[in-house]
Amino acid sequence: MRLAGRGLIDRSKPVAFEFDGARHSGFEGDTLASALLANGVRVMGRSFKYHRPRGVLSAGSEEPNALVTVGAGDAREPNVRATMQEIHEGLQAWSQNRWPSLGFDLMAVNDLAAPFLGAGFYYKTFMWPRSFWEKLYEPVIRRAAGLGALSGQAGGERYERAHAFCDLLVIGAGPAGLMAALVAGRAGADVILADEQARMGGRLLAETYEVDGQAGHLWADVVLAELDALPNVRRMGRTTVFGAYDGGTYGALERVLHHSGRRPRGAPVETYWTIVAKRAVLAAGAIERPVAFRNNDRPGIMTAGAVRAYVNRWGVSPGQSVAVFGNSDDAHRTARDLLAAGVHVPAVIDSREDAPESRDFELRRGAVVCDASGRRGLEAVTIRTAQGEERIAADALAVTGGWNPTVHLTCHMNARPVWRDDIACFVPQEGAVPGLRAAGACNGAFSTATCLREGAAAARAVLEELGRTVRDEPLPEAEDDPYRIAPLWAVSGKGRAWLDFQNDVTVKDVKQAAQENFRSVEHMKRYTTQGMATDQGKNSNVAALAVLADATGRGIPQTGTTTFRPPYSPVAIAALGAGAEGKGFRPERFATSHAASIERGAPMIEAGLWYRPSYFPRDGESDWRQSCDREVGYVREAVGVADVSTLGKIDIQGKDAAAFLDFVYSNMFSTLKVGRVRYGLMLREDGFVMDDGTTARLGEKHYLMTTTTAAAGEVMKHLEFVHQGLQPDWDVRFVSVTEQWAQFAVAGPKARELLDGILDAPLDAADWPFMSCGAVSVGGIAGRLFRISFSGEQGFEIAVPARYGAALFDILTDRAEALGGGPYGMEALNVLRIEKGFITHAEIHGRTTAFDIGMGRMVSAKKDCIGKTMSERPGLLEADRERLVGLKPINADGRMLAGAHLFREEDPPVRENGQGYVTSVCHSPMLGQMIGLGFLKGGSDRHGEIVKMWDGLRGVTTLCEVTGPVFFDPDGGRMRG
Amino acid sequence: MRIPCPLCGTRDRREFWYRGAAVDLERPAPDAGVEAWDDFVYLRENPAGPTRELWYHEGGCGAWLVVERDTVTHEIGRVALASEERS
Amino acid sequence: MRFSGLRVLKEGLTGNRGWTPHWRDPDPNSDYDVVIIGGGGHGLSTAYYLARDHGITNVAVLEKGYLGGGNVGRNTTIVRANYFLPGNSEFYSHSLKLWEGLEEDLNYNVMHSQRGLINLFHSDGQRDAFARRGNAMLAQGDDAVLLGRDELRPMLPYLNFDDLRFPIYGGLYHPRGGTARHDAVAWGYARGADRRGVDLIQNCEVTGIDIEGGAVKGVQTTRGAIRAKKVAMVVAGRSSQVAALAGMRLPIESHVLQAYVTEGLKPCIDHVVSFGMGHFYISQSDKGGLVFGGDLDFYASYAARGNLPGVEQVMEAGMALMPMIGKARVLRSWGGIMDMSPDGSPIIDKTHVDGLFVNCGWNYGGFKAVPGSGNVLAHLIATGTHHQNATGFRLDRFRTGRGIIDEEGKGSQHNLH
Repeated sequence: MRLAGRGLIDRSKPVAFEFDGARHSGFEGDTLASALLANGVRVMGRSFKYHRPRGVLSAGSEEPNALVTVGAGDAREPNVRATMQEIHEGLQAWSQNRWPSLGFDLMAVNDLAAPFLGAGFYYKTFMWPRSFWEKLYEPVIRRAAGLGALSGQAGGERYERAHAFCDLLVIGAGPAGLMAALVAGRAGADVILADEQARMGGRLLAETYEVDGQAGHLWADVVLAELDALPNVRRMGRTTVFGAYDGGTYGALERVLHHSGRRPRGAPVETYWTIVAKRAVLAAGAIERPVAFRNNDRPGIMTAGAVRAYVNRWGVSPGQSVAVFGNSDDAHRTARDLLAAGVHVPAVIDSREDAPESRDFELRRGAVVCDASGRRGLEAVTIRTAQGEERIAADALAVTGGWNPTVHLTCHMNARPVWRDDIACFVPQEGAVPGLRAAGACNGAFSTATCLREGAAAARAVLEELGRTVRDEPLPEAEDDPYRIAPLWAVSGKGRAWLDFQNDVTVKDVKQAAQENFRSVEHMKRYTTQGMATDQGKNSNVAALAVLADATGRGIPQTGTTTFRPPYSPVAIAALGAGAEGKGFRPERFATSHAASIERGAPMIEAGLWYRPSYFPRDGESDWRQSCDREVGYVREAVGVADVSTLGKIDIQGKDAAAFLDFVYSNMFSTLKVGRVRYGLMLREDGFVMDDGTTARLGEKHYLMTTTTAAAGEVMKHLEFVHQGLQPDWDVRFVSVTEQWAQFAVAGPKARELLDGILDAPLDAADWPFMSCGAVSVGGIAGRLFRISFSGEQGFEIAVPARYGAALFDILTDRAEALGGGPYGMEALNVLRIEKGFITHAEIHGRTTAFDIGMGRMVSAKKDCIGKTMSERPGLLEADRERLVGLKPINADGRMLAGAHLFREEDPPVRENGQGYVTSVCHSPMLGQMIGLGFLKGGSDRHGEIVKMWDGLRGVTTLCEVTGPVFFDPDGGRMRG
Repeated sequence: MRIPCPLCGTRDRREFWYRGAAVDLERPAPDAGVEAWDDFVYLRENPAGPTRELWYHEGGCGAWLVVERDTVTHEIGRVALASEERS
Repeated sequence: MRFSGLRVLKEGLTGNRGWTPHWRDPDPNSDYDVVIIGGGGHGLSTAYYLARDHGITNVAVLEKGYLGGGNVGRNTTIVRANYFLPGNSEFYSHSLKLWEGLEEDLNYNVMHSQRGLINLFHSDGQRDAFARRGNAMLAQGDDAVLLGRDELRPMLPYLNFDDLRFPIYGGLYHPRGGTARHDAVAWGYARGADRRGVDLIQNCEVTGIDIEGGAVKGVQTTRGAIRAKKVAMVVAGRSSQVAALAGMRLPIESHVLQAYVTEGLKPCIDHVVSFGMGHFYISQSDKGGLVFGGDLDFYASYAARGNLPGVEQVMEAGMALMPMIGKARVLRSWGGIMDMSPDGSPIIDKTHVDGLFVNCGWNYGGFKAVPGSGNVLAHLIATGTHHQNATGFRLDRFRTGRGIIDEEGKGSQHNLH
C-alpha cells in the first residue's frame, strides 16, 4: 500500500515492471520489494525445505525470503534479493523454487510432512536398499532442493575486474561512515567510501530523526555533495565490500548495471574490485533480528526496521493494520512512524514489563506474540499476556528482537566477536583486522549521535596514524536515545517457530540437535543447516545460538559463534573470474612463423602457452599420418624446417658462468670449448631429472642455455635461486632471451646445401662439426648457428633476432621445398625423436632419474651438482627400477598405445604383476611399423625379452620385443656426417 | 597478502612465487651424510607462528627474498635479499 | 538407537522426543589401550575400525575442538579411487570399497553418491598420462573409461567445447567416483565408535607425549594426564606440532587450501568434473550448491583462510571451463590446513618411539581416504604390521629414496604439489 506524500522515491517517474508475468508499476527509487509491497503483492517466494509461502522479511541484502530470478536467456540471474534489485523500465522478475506456481506449489506437501523432516532426518533414512540412493532418493532430493536455476548458457553479460588504492576505505555510508569520510576527506586523505545501497545514507534514509537540525536524509545529501566536491574522495555506490584479506586488501563488488535495462556495448554489469587501503573504517551498521514464535514466517511479518524503511524511505506500508512486537524502544519508534504515516496500529506488544508508557498507541507490556495465522498473508496474531491469550487482527506485523552489529568483516581474519550483555549482541574485537576500526552501529553504537561521534573519532585516529593534521570540528546535533533492550529470542509454546527462514530451521530443530548431542555451535549449524542458506544466517544465527545456549545450559558467550567467512554477501563467479572466458584464461604465445603456419593450413596445438603446428597438410592427403610420414621423409631424405623458437633460451654470462653451469647441470660444462654445444641434464635437488637441453658456449664467459618449452620458466627460477640463494658470490647473470630470438631447425641430408644457399658465407664443413656453434650472417643480419640435431639427421638450428623470424621462415621453407623438402610439424618431430630414442617430458615426467633414463653416467663423479647427493640414495639406484627401453611389436602390424602397461607375457594384467608402461609411441616410416619408448622394471638388462603391452581401456594387447631406446641409426653416423 | 620487496617496494602476493622454508639456503656439503641431507631436503619445523621463508619476485625484479612471516596471522616482518642474507 | 525410515516415522508421530545423543560426552579415563590424537575423519575411523575389526574398545579419541571440525568438515567431498602408482592404487581402491556399503555398516546415511567423476585432458600428452592412469585403475580392479571429445559432449554439454584456451580432447571417466556428505562421515564414524565403547573426548588438547625408555606411555592433555599403551597421531595440518611433542620432525609443510560453495541452484552439474589445466574441480551438492575448489594458496599457513589471488585462479578456471556457472554466486569460501608431503602421498607408519604411530601427509586428498586410512591404521596399531593395502606409506621413503609415490610427477620436494 503506497502512502501519500512519504518516501524518497521520485513520483514523477513511474516505472513499469513485471513479476511472474503480471505487470506492475512503481517509481524510480523503488526496489522490487518496495514496489511489490506497494502493489499489494505479499507472497514473493517459497522456503527451501517446506516450500512455505513467504513475504519479504527485510529491506536489505540480508533478505532470506524474497529471492527472485531476474532477466531472461543468457542474462538470467537466479536468487536475486528483491530488496536489493532496483526496478527499472522493462524489468522482468520471476518467483522461484515452486511448481507449478508461486500461489500453488505442489512441493508444499513437504510442510505437511514436517514432523518427519526435522533436523538431520536424512542421515537416518534413505539407506535401504543401497542402490536406491543414486537411482531414486538422491535425484528426488536434488530436484526438490536448490533455489533458482541457471540459464545453462554462457557469456550473456560482461564482468570486469579492477584495482584501487587509498589511504582510507570507509565501508558503509550511514551516519558513522559519512562522518568518517567527511573528516578524512576534509583533511586531504585519499578516501574511498563504499556502500552496498544505491543511495548513500544508511539508516538516515529509513528513520525520521533529524541531524544538524534537518531531516537525516537531507543532512546526508549535504555531506555527499561536499564529498563529491573533494577530488581526494571517491564514492562507490552499489558496492559491497565483501571480504577483508591480508595486507589491507579488501574485495569489493560493484553492481554497475543491474539497476538499469541498458547494456551499453562493452560495459560490465558488475565489477570486482581489489582495494588496497592503508586503513579502513568499518561502518557497516547492524542487522535487525526477528523473534521466533509459532508461525512467525507468515507473509506480512517483517522486521520493524524494515517496516520503518518501507514507510519512510519508500512510502509504502506493508499492510492496512500493522501490529508491532518487540523487546526494545524500537517497537515504539516503529509504531510512531506508522501512525505518523496514517497507518492503523492495532497494538504494540512489548515483552518488557517495564516498557515506557505511551499514549499514542495501544501498548501491551510484558506480552508476547505466540502465534500468527494467514497462510498466504497475515490475518491475525495471537498474543499472550499474564491474562491469557488474545487474538488481534492485523495484516502485517513489525518485529524487533534487537540489533546484531554487522561484525562480519572483522571476523574474516579469524577473530571472534565479543558478547556484550548490556546490548545483547556481539561486537567486534578490537584490532581484529590490522588497520581496520569499527565505528557506529557495527560497533554496538545504536544512537545517531554516537554513530556520528565514532565515525569522526575513527577517521581522526586514522589521520593521526597516517601523519596528517587533524582539525577538531564540532559534531552535528543528533538523537542520542539510549538503547533499552530485554533479550527475547524465542517465545515458548507449541508448533514451529522459525529461526532460519530460508532453510526452514526452527527452534525445535535446534533443541533436537542439542538433544542428540550436537552441542557445539558448529555441530548444531551443520546438523540443522542453520545459517547455511543464501543469507548465511545474517538475521538468525545469533538467535539460534541463544536457543542452543539455553538448551545446553550454557551462556551465549560460552556457546560462541560459528565462523564468519567471506564473502559478506554472495558474489558471482563471473565477477571473481572476469576475463578468463575463452582464450582469456591464459596468455597466448605465438612464434614468428605462426601466421605462415596458419596460412599453410597447419592445425595448431598448445605447447605450454605457445602454439605450434601439428603438421602441414597437402592437397590429397586424407589424414594426419600421411602428412606426418611425408614430413618425416623430408628430414630423412632431403631437408625439413621446423620452428623451435618455443624452447626456452637463457643467456648466461659472467666470470663464474662455467662453474655455475657445472653446478646446475649434472655433467661438465667448464670443459666445453668455445664454439661448442653440449647436451645437459639438470636435476632437482631431490635427484630426479628436472629438465634437459643443449647449452652452447658462445664465449669464454658466455653461454646460451636451451630448456624444454614446458620448463623454461621453472628453470629460470631455479637458476636464479641457485645463484642468489646458494652461490651469491659467483659472478654470473642470466636473462631469458626466448622471445628475442627466432630459431629454426634445418635438418636432413640437404641441410647444409640449404644453408649454403642463404648464408652470406657458405659453411666450411671443417668448421662446423657436430655440436658446434658460432656466428653467421644471413641477408646481412647477424645470426647464430648451432649444429645440433633432435632428429638424428645432420641438423642445424639457425637463430636470428625475432623481428626477422617470419621472413627467415618463409625463405627456409621455400628453399627446403626447392630441395624436395619442406616444413615439418610436431607430429613429425615426435616421430623423428622416438626413432632416435630422444626423450621429452613424456619420459622425464618428474619421477625418473638419470639412472632410469640410461644417463646415470651423465652425473659427473668429478664434481658436486644440484641433486647429486640425493640421486645416490639407495632406493634410486636399485636394479629393478623401471628403466627406459625401446619397444617394438613382434608382429609388424602390432598396435602400440602410449599409456599402456607392460606385463610378462604369461602374467594376467593385474597391478601386482605390473612391469612398466609405455610413454611414447609412433608409427615409424623408417621401420614400417609402430615403435615405442617406455619404462620397464630392470629394463636395461632385458633387451630381447618379449613383454605384453596391455591397454585395457582401449582393448589392445600386443606382444613387444624389448630393445634399446634407439631404433634408427644407432651409432649416429647420419647425425655426425 | 603484500610483501615489501627491498628493491621494488610493497607489492601484491600475485607477483611472488613461494618456495618454502629458508632452510633451503643451508645446503650441506655433498658428503655431509644422510641425516644432514634428509634434514635439508625433507624434514621441516613447519612452525605455527613466525617463520623464515623464501619468496621469488618473479613478476618484478627477479630477486629471491628471505621473508619473515607468521603462518598463523600472515603478518609479514623483515624482508631481505637472499643473496645478502647468506653471506 | 538404530536409525531407519521407520524410526523417523515413529519419532515424527511422537513429537521427535525420543532421539538420543549420537555419542556420549565422557570424561577421560586415566588409562587406555589406545589413544588417538585427533577427532577428525581419520582419527574417528581409526577408532571405529579398532573396535569393529580388532575388538579393541578401550580407546579414547582426543579432540582439541569439536568432532569433525578439521578437514573432514571443510573439503569438496570428492570420493574416488583413480590413482595409478603402486602404493596409492591399492590403498584408494581399498578405501573406495569401504565407502561402498558404509551406510549399512555405520547405520548412518553419509550420502555416498557414485555419480561418476570425469578428469578432462587437453593434449595428446595428457591423454597418454590419463590412459596410463586408467589402465592402472583397471589393473587394480577398479573402473575407468577413456572418453573422446564426442562422447564427452552429451555428458557434459555445458563445458566450453568451442573456444577454450586449452581445447578438450576427452576425459577419463571413473563411474564409481562421486561425493559424500562430509560432516555425516565424521558423525557416522563417531557414533559407530561411541556405540562400540570408544570414548570421544572433545575440547581436550594434547600438550605432551610421555615417552619412557623409547616407548610411549601416555599423553598430557588440557584435561589431565592419560596413560596409554599405544598412541596414534592423526592430526593432519597440525601434524608437525604434535610430532614435535615426541621430539620428531616430519617431512610435512602445512598449507592453506580454499574451497567454495555457491548459493543453492536447481540441478545443473550431475558429475564430479575435474579440469587439469586449471586445477579446478566441481560438483553440485544435493542441496543445490556448487561445491568447488582448486589449487593451494601456495604459502605455509595455519590460518584456515585464504587470499584473493587463490580465489581468482579458481574462479578463472571455472569461467574458462564452464562459463554457464558465471551467474552462480559464491556464498562462502573457507580454508583448510593441508598437511603437504614432499611427494604428495601420505604417511601411515610406526615411528622411532615404540607404540607411537603417525598418520599424516594427506595433502589435499584426505577425505576420500577416511575409511581406508582408519582401517589400515587400526590394522597397524592392532597387529604391528602394515595392512597389505598400505605398505607403501613409509615415513623413511624420502631418506632412502625407496618407494617415493609422486602421482603428479612434480618431484619429491616441498611445495611442488
